[in-house]
Amino acid sequence: MKLRIVATFLVVALVCFAGYAALFIAPDERTMHEVQRIFYFHVASWSACFTAFTVAFIGNVGYLATRKINWDWLGVAGAEVGVVACSIGLVTGPLWAKPVWGVWWTWDPRLTTTFILWLLYVSYLLLRGLIEEPGRRATLSAVFGIFAFLDVPLVYMSNRLWRTQHPAPVIFGGEGSGLDPTMGKVLGLCIVSLLCLIVLVLADRYRLESLRHEADELRQEVESRTLGSESLSTKAPS
Amino acid sequence: MSTARAAALILAKELRLELRTRELLTATVIFALIVVVLFSFAFDPTVAESRRYGPGLLWIAFLFAGSLMLHPSFAREQSNDTLDALRLAPVSSFAILLGKMLANFVFLFVAEVILVPVFAVLYNVSLSGVVGRLILVFVLGTLGLVVTGTVFSAISAHTRMRELMLPLLLLPILAPLLIAAVEATASLLSPPATLDRTWVSFLAAFDIVFLTASWLLADFLVEE
Repeated sequence: MKLRIVATFLVVALVCFAGYAALFIAPDERTMHEVQRIFYFHVASWSACFTAFTVAFIGNVGYLATRKINWDWLGVAGAEVGVVACSIGLVTGPLWAKPVWGVWWTWDPRLTTTFILWLLYVSYLLLRGLIEEPGRRATLSAVFGIFAFLDVPLVYMSNRLWRTQHPAPVIFGGEGSGLDPTMGKVLGLCIVSLLCLIVLVLADRYRLESLRHEADELRQEVESRTLGSESLSTKAPS
Repeated sequence: MSTARAAALILAKELRLELRTRELLTATVIFALIVVVLFSFAFDPTVAESRRYGPGLLWIAFLFAGSLMLHPSFAREQSNDTLDALRLAPVSSFAILLGKMLANFVFLFVAEVILVPVFAVLYNVSLSGVVGRLILVFVLGTLGLVVTGTVFSAISAHTRMRELMLPLLLLPILAPLLIAAVEATASLLSPPATLDRTWVSFLAAFDIVFLTASWLLADFLVEE
């Protein structure tokens, strides 16, 4: 417990410092100025998102391989945290794109892929909510999770091929070949801080799921006991 | 019993069931036709526009029709309690899944064979000279659709709101298939008719990836 409190404080401090670094320490970008500063957390949110989805995939495969419910907790924790990180990326992206590209959204391979990725994992979470029985929920959602993960490279490849056959959008000029060293350091700091943050949140979500599981088991036990005593009491008078 | 023989038996059973009722095929064809007609009302395309949007429209219609048509595949077994009987049979889970995939493939492909000529007439597209290559594209595209669709039909049969759940699971997964199938069809239907090898191999890769995945995961789908 002490370790958790200390870890939480450390991670919060790290994220705050990373935010400060992104806003004040990183040098001004020549053409985009202040708007560019969203980039540090935008890129960091993607690395967090892909890490979390990879964790979810490991959880899905682990569950099917071992049939231990702990892996299912890892799966749901990864998917939920990943969807949150993905949503942050999908919101910060257009905020930056509107002033820089002139449009909120463009159907570029990377954007499209992450959008589909988001849809897939939202469906995964939705699916979990609609299956009652825990064992079946774990199995079926793990199968879907694996299919979804396999689909991601295919989505990316198809969009790459699709867009290279068409002329690339004019607004999409190749971004920054080579980063200023300070910018690079700040970016690294932001990525590390968000990764620490999601590890913390993942661990918490995992623990929550295990507590929920425990509570369900206890509830079932209580129910079976009260049912047992009811049947006894109805028997007693006769 | 070998997997191939068991799958063939399941296929025969599904076809017999469909021949007796004919409800699935009729509903699929009519549904896809409605999408094609409504599109014309919504966008009022000129001849050039309908040629430009035609392949996309056609595949959207098949994707929607497929995501509705595949639902009974496992839900019917579920509501008639016949899935337990299938499970008890001494055959591999993949054989059951494969038999259903083949049956669904036949249904959807027959629906496409009926619909594509109607589409060609309505949208003024010429099919002469490209039929063989078009069949290749449709076989590969439909295969990918029914492989993932049958697997997800087995998943959604166990959920609440299962009619809604299947399209929700299936359609995002099919995004790359849609792009590939539409591009391959478009390159065949626009004047210098060519078979786009990149997209055809992409479709084949999609089919192989998900067929392999369903072979590996079949036990988890059909089990209790």
